[in-house]
Amino acid sequence: MKKSTILNQNSREKLFTYGMVIVAFIVIQILKTGGHISSSLNGQLVPICAYIVMAISLNLTVGVLGELSLGHAGFMSVGAFSSTVAAVSLQSSIPFAPARLAVSILVGAICAGIAGVLIGIPVLRLKGDYLAIVTLAFGEIIKNIITCLYVGVDSHGLHFSILTSSDALNLDEGGKIIINGPMGISGITKISTFAAGFILILITLVIVLNLIHSRAGRAIMALRDNRIAAEAMGISITKYKMMAFVTSAALAGAAGGLFAQNYSTIVPTKFDFNTSILILVFVVLGGLGNMKGSIIAAAVLTVLPELLRSFSDYRMLVYAIVLILVMLATNNEPVKNMLRRIIGLPHKKEGSTIDGQ
Amino acid sequence: MDNKIIKTKMVPVPSRAIIPERDIDKEPILETQHLGIDFGGLTAVDNFNIIIGRTEIAGLIGPNGAGKTTVFNLLTKVYQPTRGTILLDGKDTHGMNTIQANRAGIARTFQNIRLFDALSVEDNVKIGLHNQVQYPMWSGILRLPSYWKKEKQAHEQALELLSIFDMQDLAGQKAGALPYGAQRRLEIVRALATNPSLLLLDEPAAGMNPSETAELMENIVKIRDTFAIAVMLIEHDMNLVMNICEGICVLNFGKIIAKGTPEEIQSNPAVIEAYLGSKKEG
Repeated sequence: MKKSTILNQNSREKLFTYGMVIVAFIVIQILKTGGHISSSLNGQLVPICAYIVMAISLNLTVGVLGELSLGHAGFMSVGAFSSTVAAVSLQSSIPFAPARLAVSILVGAICAGIAGVLIGIPVLRLKGDYLAIVTLAFGEIIKNIITCLYVGVDSHGLHFSILTSSDALNLDEGGKIIINGPMGISGITKISTFAAGFILILITLVIVLNLIHSRAGRAIMALRDNRIAAEAMGISITKYKMMAFVTSAALAGAAGGLFAQNYSTIVPTKFDFNTSILILVFVVLGGLGNMKGSIIAAAVLTVLPELLRSFSDYRMLVYAIVLILVMLATNNEPVKNMLRRIIGLPHKKEGSTIDGQ
Repeated sequence: MDNKIIKTKMVPVPSRAIIPERDIDKEPILETQHLGIDFGGLTAVDNFNIIIGRTEIAGLIGPNGAGKTTVFNLLTKVYQPTRGTILLDGKDTHGMNTIQANRAGIARTFQNIRLFDALSVEDNVKIGLHNQVQYPMWSGILRLPSYWKKEKQAHEQALELLSIFDMQDLAGQKAGALPYGAQRRLEIVRALATNPSLLLLDEPAAGMNPSETAELMENIVKIRDTFAIAVMLIEHDMNLVMNICEGICVLNFGKIIAKGTPEEIQSNPAVIEAYLGSKKEG
């Protein structure tokens, strides 16, 4: 009797999250076909999807693994550039755009995953604040490497060069420069669509939610809650930390791929520290470990600056005030209880826990 | 009915240690030789020799700061010993880490409860089952048949283990929200889930009332009988120690001052002195 209620609770929560995403997609599609969506919002649909995927993937590191990462935009950047390079080079071999997009996003995810492994090896030896600072540094390192990276393609295949200029690529006649150092990539064929974004969100949700509710996910959460006890239970710390970190990086790479191919030009400086923090704000605002919250926060906070356009100069001020108010309403017990009274929900008492320390 | 715990006769083995008579033909589960650890200049544990039989309930007692928990940390490889060897099931644990020690068969509870507070009671036990019920990560993500099969197995095993302490009804609750006594019991269940051959209990009765302690005593014996494992416990509740422990080892200032059966320990002058202080000279 009791056990079925737990299982139901978990699956109900999951179904609600999936349902919310699907309903939102259908409603927006209907509005779009009816022409009720402004062109500015229409242009933001794909970035919103990309940011939602970013928020869910960062929530895996911050909320589920419990390690603060400040360099998440770095993985997005790796994914964005590698997938665009893949898309440009595969333009002739895969003419069907959605298939090319899928392949290129996969390439982005794999490259970001590899970057995640390489960065994870030194970074995951650290804990807490130190880990956060080192991820910040790696985010900047990735940005700077891509800033001086030159990639071109010709009949011989891909050419790479770093710290030089585009001439050093020695491209053949008819060769094409793809990544042009600080200018990034220009002339991208826009192949990302809202539907593709929606599918990527669903895939991300399936991966993350299924991971959390499995043996590996429990091990990851055990590390977060009590590392010493997890070790005493025979759980390999390095393995599961790495698993969560790399999954998170790969998903961020996929989001980067989707994001990049929605614009005609993409520059490395787009994925800087501010972007990492923006995504962290989505995660914190939505609630650590709460994927549904991440989705809502990412969508609302991406649209909000546009909606506040009427405040003109005071736009960011209002944005900040909204942020603070939402944080208060969602993370402050007295305010939460007041809101519950207003809506008429039962007063919830915080479970009194005995401090394990 | 007051089911008095029947104690076995303790018999000496060649190294002058004693183990229960029924375990005499089997290799001891734990044997430490000259075990010691220094923290800087401070010798926390020194020359710690103990032998524990296959199905023995052993007690480790001593005043506060005697080094009891340090011994547990040495056995579970939280600390690497400075000197001496630990033979678990006849195998030297030298160079192992905590994870490997657990896989080799040592499970423990903690003096200051360390549960996975945000997770449910059932999930806490399932984490203990981590190395018992295995399937790969992608099987979980893709929800392959092996996931459903193994999760069902883990669920059933978890409830079965929880039923030792009649806790199956609490399976869905958050571990952090449980009352203190239940948290202590859950820690024991979680440790048992790792399928140990030696269970280390660090102050299992701390913070329990007398009736809870009495129930705990029965359950420790029950666990030993059902799983046929050895239990070593640190405890300040002398009633518990003297009633269920077959062999007792008394530690003071990192050194063993007495070893023996409960009766021997109770009348040992060195133990009395360690607990009560020496008689003042008049």
